Amino acid sequence: MSSMRSLTFDAIIIGGGGSGLRAALELAKSGKKTAVLSKVFPTRSHTVSAQGGITCAIASADPNDDWRWHMYDTVKGGDYITDQEAAEYMCSEGPKAVFELEHMGLPFSRFDNGRIYQRPFGGQSKDFGKGGQAARTCAAADRTGHALLHTLYQNNLKNNTTFLNEWYAVDLVKNANGDVVGCISMDIETGEVVHVKAKATVLATGGAGRIYASTTNALINTGDGIGMALRAGFPMQDMEMWQFHPTGIHGAGVLVTEGCRGEGGYLINKDGERFMERYAPNAKDLAGRDVVARSMVMEMFEGRGCGENGDHVYLKLDHLGEDVLGKRLPGIVELSKTFAQVDPAKEPIPVVPTCHYMMGGIPTNVHGQAITQDADGNDKLVNGLFACGEAACVSVHGANRLGGNSLLDLVVFGRAAGMYIESALNDGVDYLAATDSDVEFAMSRINRWDESSGGESVPSLKAELQDVMQNAFGVFRQEDNMQEGVKKLADLRERINNAHLGDKSKAFNTARVEALELDNLMEVAEATAVSALERKESRGAHSRYDYPDRDDVNWLKHSLYFPVEKKLGKRDVNFTPKTVDTFEPKVRTY
Amino acid sequence: MSMLQVSVYRYNPETDSAPYMQEFQVDTQGRDLMVLNVLSMIKEQDSSMAYRRSCREGVCGSDGMNMNGKNGLACITPLSEVVKKGKLVLRPLPGLPVIRDLVVDMGVFYEQFERIQPYLQNDEPAPAIERLQSPEDRDKLDGLYECILCACCSTACPSFWWNPDKFVGPAGLLQAYRFLADSRDTATRERLADLEDPFSVFRCRGIMNCVAVCPKGLNPTRAIGKIREMLLANAT
Repeated sequence: MSSMRSLTFDAIIIGGGGSGLRAALELAKSGKKTAVLSKVFPTRSHTVSAQGGITCAIASADPNDDWRWHMYDTVKGGDYITDQEAAEYMCSEGPKAVFELEHMGLPFSRFDNGRIYQRPFGGQSKDFGKGGQAARTCAAADRTGHALLHTLYQNNLKNNTTFLNEWYAVDLVKNANGDVVGCISMDIETGEVVHVKAKATVLATGGAGRIYASTTNALINTGDGIGMALRAGFPMQDMEMWQFHPTGIHGAGVLVTEGCRGEGGYLINKDGERFMERYAPNAKDLAGRDVVARSMVMEMFEGRGCGENGDHVYLKLDHLGEDVLGKRLPGIVELSKTFAQVDPAKEPIPVVPTCHYMMGGIPTNVHGQAITQDADGNDKLVNGLFACGEAACVSVHGANRLGGNSLLDLVVFGRAAGMYIESALNDGVDYLAATDSDVEFAMSRINRWDESSGGESVPSLKAELQDVMQNAFGVFRQEDNMQEGVKKLADLRERINNAHLGDKSKAFNTARVEALELDNLMEVAEATAVSALERKESRGAHSRYDYPDRDDVNWLKHSLYFPVEKKLGKRDVNFTPKTVDTFEPKVRTY
Repeated sequence: MSMLQVSVYRYNPETDSAPYMQEFQVDTQGRDLMVLNVLSMIKEQDSSMAYRRSCREGVCGSDGMNMNGKNGLACITPLSEVVKKGKLVLRPLPGLPVIRDLVVDMGVFYEQFERIQPYLQNDEPAPAIERLQSPEDRDKLDGLYECILCACCSTACPSFWWNPDKFVGPAGLLQAYRFLADSRDTATRERLADLEDPFSVFRCRGIMNCVAVCPKGLNPTRAIGKIREMLLANAT
């Protein structure tokens, strides 16, 4: 242990996607000694796959647009467990953050007047739901995430951010007081394990869609930050809330942007019927994603699915014409040809609801500070620990995220975390150093794998876990199925704790990385399962056959999963925005 | 059973004194899988197989490799496009140092990217909203900004193999032109001055391997031609 190298920074950011790079940029500009640790070269992060755009009231498509309308949509979209103070912050600060991106060089598409192009997306309205469909999603064709991530990486290069690329963060290091004071990390290229010390540790590790068998998420989305925080004993919020995106390509799981429907595309069943007109008479195909996904599943259940097995529906785009497709949706044309062997200018794309986004995560305030609860159930900040982006639950997405809000979330709250950490460092924040035994504790997991001498292999256990989640915790859920799922997960945890890492070599050992990722998938899956089982209502993305209605008496709350006890608690939703009146819960229709 | 014979370049610096090719048999069940799917099946047979991958849909640029002699992305290359006579040969991207198996050290590639100052420079004060840009000016960035830094092009370029330290290479030059072409960038003069030597741009011999392999269908040779024109116009 004494031979282990250590590195010391003011702040470390774990994750090189959008939120991590935005936080890093803020800190690099401040001159603080900052490093980004990323298990992949930053532009390989999953933000790169975001397509349709970043939703924000910049008043380009509509000069009268108002961030308060966007806030209303966001709160309603989240089925009223969105924290209103956080949604207010995101929607009001958003334009500043988007203009900054443009100034950094993001190649947004443009209107004729030279302003940023905005397209309609699901769940968007004018005038608090009374003024019809809004067009509020700022886009760079259908490659907005790629353009955004590269722009942020470029500007970090400009500001000389320190990157530890292809470094895998293994576990958090806590001191004797329970403060987070850095992490254990592995340099993947050499296999060297290093103790990285920091006064602020930011988890910007993104989502964990790979807990499901079918997902739009990159192979790297294994919930590493969630796993680390849970193993360190910190609670997770709203982990039952997983978004199933209506349009993943059938079979491949690859995402087809909601922007397709924003540009005028629509879903049809095997009879060619535009079925969303029945489920959401006003918004139709641009209802909330949870609503559209459920409607699609209903169509398939009732025998109106397409194809030999009736296991998908079609997304029709051919009526948009080759010009619109080529100009606004070129990436979709490419992906459809590659993964569905379909030219959308001629034929519809076979699509199916596919796991896409984790609304839950590490509870934080608007500064990205991680929150836990004291013995009396009051919020308590975790010293030294921050989270932003998909790994965090601030919570702006509540029970269902609106399209285009994830990119806004990650730049607004990445920036906010960076600004807060800068001021905290200026105030001289510092914590007790970790002792050798604290570090040894954080090493126990990687040591376990390195000492394993037999047991089951990682890929088969991973596949089994993904099947359990897919079957018991999908679009529709019910008690007995979930009970069974929880049991299977308990068994899987035991087997994963005894699984075998066959390859113990040092240099670029991706088998070791995948083994460490499997532990994180397990943590995320278990948190999801317990939370889903215990939330006995239907709200947003969490739909139960046995509790089909929303229960505002008991469940107008965040769920809070405590990993040590494996128990679910509750946390109050914030209903006190600072500058606008509270949006009171209403029946949610589109 | 329909077996595909796959021959993969192997090298582990801890145990191998030299690289070698290893043969695998993969049962594709007749499906037209992507090469990345085949690699993942091989990794289930032999967990020590190392390769990079992330998005598995051709936008992150992790899994550039040489497949039956041609560079491309494993995740969007169907077997039907590359397999010849029932055989698939996988090698790392050519010309870069190998770390392990199909994983190359991309350091020199990234250095050339960084060298061209790949970020917008504008010395005028930023407005309170976005900088305006006409759709026509924005169109000039199409075919440039989409680069995913996979290095398929630069590692297919003989000029880059020969002078990776002095010739920026097709990927870096495509990005150089992406900023030269941006109506919002005001550093054109400095950017051109930085490229005005016999190597940075002019080592391009118009071989066009870059165009032939780019998995995003981009055209670095055309971008390089535009930079040449700007350099020549600047010189006169």
